Amino acid sequence: MMVFTIAWRELRNLFLSPLAWCVLAVIQFIIAWVFLIQVDNFLKFAPSLSGMANAPGVTDAIASPVFSTASVILLLVVPIMSMRLIAEERRSGTLSLLQSAPVSMTEIVLGKYFGLLLFLFIMLGFMTLMPLSLAIGTHLDYGKLFSGVLGLGLLLGAFASAGLFISTLTKQPVVAAVSSFGLLLMLWIISWAGSGDERYSPVFHYLSMLDHYASLLRGSFNTTDVLYYLLFIITFLVLSIRRLDAYRLQH
Amino acid sequence: MNDDVLVKVENLYRYYDDNCVVQDLNFELRKGEILGFLGPNGAGKTTTMQMLSGNLAPSAGQILINGIDILDQPKHAKACIGYLPEQPPLYPDLTVDEYLEYCACLNRVPHNKRLTARNLAKERCGLKQMGNKLISNLSKGYRQRVGIAQAIIHSPAVVILDEPTVGLDPIQIREIRSLIVELGKEHGVILSTHILPEVQSVCSRVQIIHKGRLVFNDALSGLTQRMQSTSLLLVCRHMPEPSVIKALPDVNKVELIGDRQLRVHFSPDNNPAETLAAEVIKRGWGLLELTPEHKSLEQIFVDLTTADETSALAPIQERAA
Repeated sequence: MMVFTIAWRELRNLFLSPLAWCVLAVIQFIIAWVFLIQVDNFLKFAPSLSGMANAPGVTDAIASPVFSTASVILLLVVPIMSMRLIAEERRSGTLSLLQSAPVSMTEIVLGKYFGLLLFLFIMLGFMTLMPLSLAIGTHLDYGKLFSGVLGLGLLLGAFASAGLFISTLTKQPVVAAVSSFGLLLMLWIISWAGSGDERYSPVFHYLSMLDHYASLLRGSFNTTDVLYYLLFIITFLVLSIRRLDAYRLQH
Repeated sequence: MNDDVLVKVENLYRYYDDNCVVQDLNFELRKGEILGFLGPNGAGKTTTMQMLSGNLAPSAGQILINGIDILDQPKHAKACIGYLPEQPPLYPDLTVDEYLEYCACLNRVPHNKRLTARNLAKERCGLKQMGNKLISNLSKGYRQRVGIAQAIIHSPAVVILDEPTVGLDPIQIREIRSLIVELGKEHGVILSTHILPEVQSVCSRVQIIHKGRLVFNDALSGLTQRMQSTSLLLVCRHMPEPSVIKALPDVNKVELIGDRQLRVHFSPDNNPAETLAAEVIKRGWGLLELTPEHKSLEQIFVDLTTADETSALAPIQERAA
């Protein structure tokens, strides 16, 4: 209940600043651009594809590239949205409003997290509408589409939890944004390392967010991938709670 | 334990690294009391308030709010507290109504009572007309009021105000003070300040804290007693003779402080004003002024905070004896 109150306030606060509207508009425009290019390409190659066996369908040809471009853009955007979550409240002293209210640290962290997540899901919803609009003219592979949306949703959840944690570490929102971006990008490209080494490459591949996302985009639903994201999210949420608790003990 | 005790603090310690900011603090707050927390900058006032409100964990010691330990059951204890930090925790993007609504939600005011709670808090803090205004457009005085409204919206048993009148103009200060007196009738109020007259005009009990220690803890009447005059200011038309006055009974010391002005010191309870006046008139010096000089709160404050530790602790030991 309290989590919902804080989350709702967080979401409303986001929309009170022009930043949220601006981000929504820019993202929507860029994704629309990518979407239209993909539709154009597909129409160009559709005649030649129809002859091939096992040819990629509309969903593969359009939805997957759109979602994978979206993930890279969101890697940039989520740190900007998450930077203020705790850092701003600590800087302006408003965190003490939450801390002296009968609310636990867990509720504060979850409230903040779900507030941001709700915003990101609104963004995801708008993005999904574009490939979904193709259903008017053609048949879509809803399973694959769902798997892609799920993948992007989990990815956003992971981005947001890491951003939230970094935001608890500093009082400077910009520092939080840069650090979160660094962390996320690092986890994104970590699989580049050890690509030649037989012994270590599985570890790097497991840690990489990109690899787990890629398999969901292909439409293969693995519990490993889903678990990876859930573990990722829980880890960073617990770290955030611990971090906030620590501020009460030591300054 | 007495039912009226709202806050009970026992052996409270707080360290920042190796630096001890609050040491061995003990006090109680009863219902209907306004407790003034006085101290120079960096004395540990804010730290103590943060611990009382659950924003900071004590290094050692116990805080009981309404008999509930704030570390064991933080949610229950915090429900009895309204806290206004030094900097009011306001969201500038919200209107006063939206903000207070959120505060009511956070403090678990039941859904059907939120509107009444909000209106009552606004009325008490003089914010009736301000409901639709953005907090970022409010003046400092009004922001402070919103901060106080936030602290009392769930009508908590204890209201903790950290320097509530800092940076306000004299009229606003007077309004906030009368609001605090009003609050003191129903709630227990703890107020921190370094403005001494504020304590005199508002508080029913005074605590002076210095370097993290309690150096004075008494009702306001006790403080007033300490302020009792021990000197008289004498102004005459003609120059009086100090030696004559010094010879009068009960006069300890005579100090020449200006042309035709004398300060006459005496021991407490032996006021020589009457004999002094008679003497001055008899000699025909032309009495213009005879005023008892009160020891100001400032002086007591300076005495207590600059005195070495043993003598500073004396009043507490006296009381304990």
